[in-house]
Amino acid sequence: MSLLKVDNVTFGYSSGKSVLAGVSLDIGPGDTIGLVGESGSGKSTLLRLLLGLTRPNSGSISFNGTALDPRNAQFMRAYRRQVQIVFQDPYSSLDPRQTVLSIVAEPLRSLKIAGDHRQMVMEALVSVGLEPTILGRYPHEFSGGQRQRIAIARAIVAGPSLLLADEAVSALDLSTRIRIVELLKQLSASMTLVFVSHDIGVVAALCEKIVILEQGRIVESGDTKTILANPQHPYTQRLLASVPRMPA
Amino acid sequence: MSALLDIKQLSLHTENVRLLYGVDLTIAPGERVGLIGESGSGKSLTAMAATGLLPTNIRASGSITLAGRPVIDASEHQLNLLRGTAAAVVFQEPLTALDPLMRIGRQIAEPLRRRAARDGQRLSGTELDAAVLAMMGDVALPDPERIARAYPHEISGGQRQRVAIAMALACKPSLLIADEPTTALDVTTQAEILCLLDRLVRERNMALLFISHDLPVVAGIVDRVVVLRQGEVVEAGPVHQVFAHPQHAYTQSLVAAAHAFDTALGAVP
Amino acid sequence: MTTLDQIAAPNRRRRFGSLTLWAGIALVGIHIAVGLLTVVWTPYDPSGMTGGRLEAPSWLHWAGTDRLGRDFLTQIMIGSRIALIVGTGAVAIGAIIGVTLGLLAAFATKLLDDAFAATLDILIAFPTLLIAMLVVAAADTANLGSAIFALGIALSAIVARLTRILTKRVLLLDYITAARTSGTSWLGIVFRHILPNIWPTLSVSFALQFGLAAIAEASLSYLGLGAPPPNASWGRLLQEAQGTVYTAPIGAIAPGIALVSLVIGINLLADGLRDSVDPTRRAR
Repeated sequence: MSLLKVDNVTFGYSSGKSVLAGVSLDIGPGDTIGLVGESGSGKSTLLRLLLGLTRPNSGSISFNGTALDPRNAQFMRAYRRQVQIVFQDPYSSLDPRQTVLSIVAEPLRSLKIAGDHRQMVMEALVSVGLEPTILGRYPHEFSGGQRQRIAIARAIVAGPSLLLADEAVSALDLSTRIRIVELLKQLSASMTLVFVSHDIGVVAALCEKIVILEQGRIVESGDTKTILANPQHPYTQRLLASVPRMPA
Repeated sequence: MSALLDIKQLSLHTENVRLLYGVDLTIAPGERVGLIGESGSGKSLTAMAATGLLPTNIRASGSITLAGRPVIDASEHQLNLLRGTAAAVVFQEPLTALDPLMRIGRQIAEPLRRRAARDGQRLSGTELDAAVLAMMGDVALPDPERIARAYPHEISGGQRQRVAIAMALACKPSLLIADEPTTALDVTTQAEILCLLDRLVRERNMALLFISHDLPVVAGIVDRVVVLRQGEVVEAGPVHQVFAHPQHAYTQSLVAAAHAFDTALGAVP
Repeated sequence: MTTLDQIAAPNRRRRFGSLTLWAGIALVGIHIAVGLLTVVWTPYDPSGMTGGRLEAPSWLHWAGTDRLGRDFLTQIMIGSRIALIVGTGAVAIGAIIGVTLGLLAAFATKLLDDAFAATLDILIAFPTLLIAMLVVAAADTANLGSAIFALGIALSAIVARLTRILTKRVLLLDYITAARTSGTSWLGIVFRHILPNIWPTLSVSFALQFGLAAIAEASLSYLGLGAPPPNASWGRLLQEAQGTVYTAPIGAIAPGIALVSLVIGINLLADGLRDSVDPTRRAR
């Protein structure tokens, strides 16, 4: 049974502008899926729908067989324990006025998860490669890469089964980028990962399956290596041809 | 032939922070050089220094010569004469590089008119309009008449960057400085803009200083590369050589990272 | 933020920044000390006639006496207490009402919010003093309480507008979305994330409003709409000094200096506060 099932979802604004048209997706437990799209592809909206922050105009999203109902507070609390997200900008995704402990422990507090929060936070920090002694420090004391690790620690502290990543490495330097990708790869061994990005190189390095979005529609999807070797849809071909390559 | 841009032992610092240290960089007319660095490397600062556009609280030592004229400690008047004619800059974020309240046509007309004035010609009225449309054609902007009447927020990111390039080219510079010109753009748009830059620079025999943190992008457009790390040059040389056989540990790690993503993409189509 | 952005931001005169702050703290501190002192002790009984009328400053009466023979220094000192009470009270009322309204507006639907913003802009167009006068007139009593309340109402419009715009800005940031996906309720988000982040800018505004309230209260009293003696504020003293300003100038100079010193102190304090709250300095 799939972990997260998106069934023929559409989303558009009242002004008539359509953002997603008939998108269907099947995410199985343990998958690492890359969602590739450029601006206007609807990938950000799709993420918001998966997080229950907005509702689709039509179609449904179900998690472990149960339909996603953002208005049901109890359901959402259980859902948020299972589904977490890492954002793109490490400079605006951490509250500058809170300590690292407070930031990473927020899901534990808000979702009323039992246990020693401090201990759980320290374990999460260690698993993302940070020192557990940084609990009392503030975001501005850290670099972009370190902040992103803190954001990842926050996302995994409640032990979710699905981790969403919205351009999680796009704002990072090349050398930091590769390290965070390695971290995510490591984490994806124990959870399902959906990685949204415009950078097909990063997606190729990280994800086993790939889904290509263009203007609100899925134009191609399947096994990463297969699609890279033999892209069928003209948009995918154009995308691959546009990626700058290293000289041989 | 004397160098177009000659930076010797450039050091930049504020009261308590050293930003750049002992940087050497030379660009001959028609030459294409890439400046590679991550955030904090000082690559943008180097470009700003070359055109005398550093903030006032940064002190510079060493020497910078642009088109034979000194830049450090030059007067605003002398610098103004150099800017545009000797070097023009294309920045990373096209949305903020354009005046949001001015129509595109007028924004391109400004540098065209000024450059003509410097050459001793008067360009105005229908002649100016024609020159603007011609310029827009050079950067392959579709539907030039409609775009000339539009405002920056009404056109796409790729189109805005083409406008920014048009404005830089309108100055007829000997050196085009491009500071991460495609970083904020989509992959497919990036490929188009890089292609455009490559063609224009070649057609007009301009020198190019291309600043970026994206190694494959740089490899495709320059001949020589300089690698900056935290304000110091760690390696320099022909781009294919540096990428194939990086000498410095930092360059090696950058190249390895770039290769990791590149290899994942599989064979080149 | 690129390195260039961080450096290009004007390096606020750090050394002078702390000087401003300390000068402000010193001036305001003096008034606070004096005000607190008057609660337990004054040089003379405030309503007692302890000297001749309109005496010049002397060793017995450092600031002379008023037209009824009461010690003038005592009156000035009490004025500090009044000014501080009014300032604190007005800013507090303005803050509570203004922040609440501002937060509600930031979360409201577009239509409601636009209407609210327009109303606020109209209100702010009226001088604070005028609104305060209207409220006092409507309340039909002229005492300390009504003055504080009136000023609070007048200030709340400024606070509401500022809160609204700051909140809207914060709501766009990723850490708010992160809080939502962490399961935090909107109320939790307001108290844990929004208020702490808008507080620095708001606090500078409050400091400035304090000065505004002090002057507005003095104006109300000068016009006879403030508290009557012995709770007389500096404004009232200035009004009483009108007739005798040539024969006993101390009557106008002393309250004037007191008011000016407090307001300058507050403005210096706010200036110093703003520098320490400046995000470009925090970024380093």
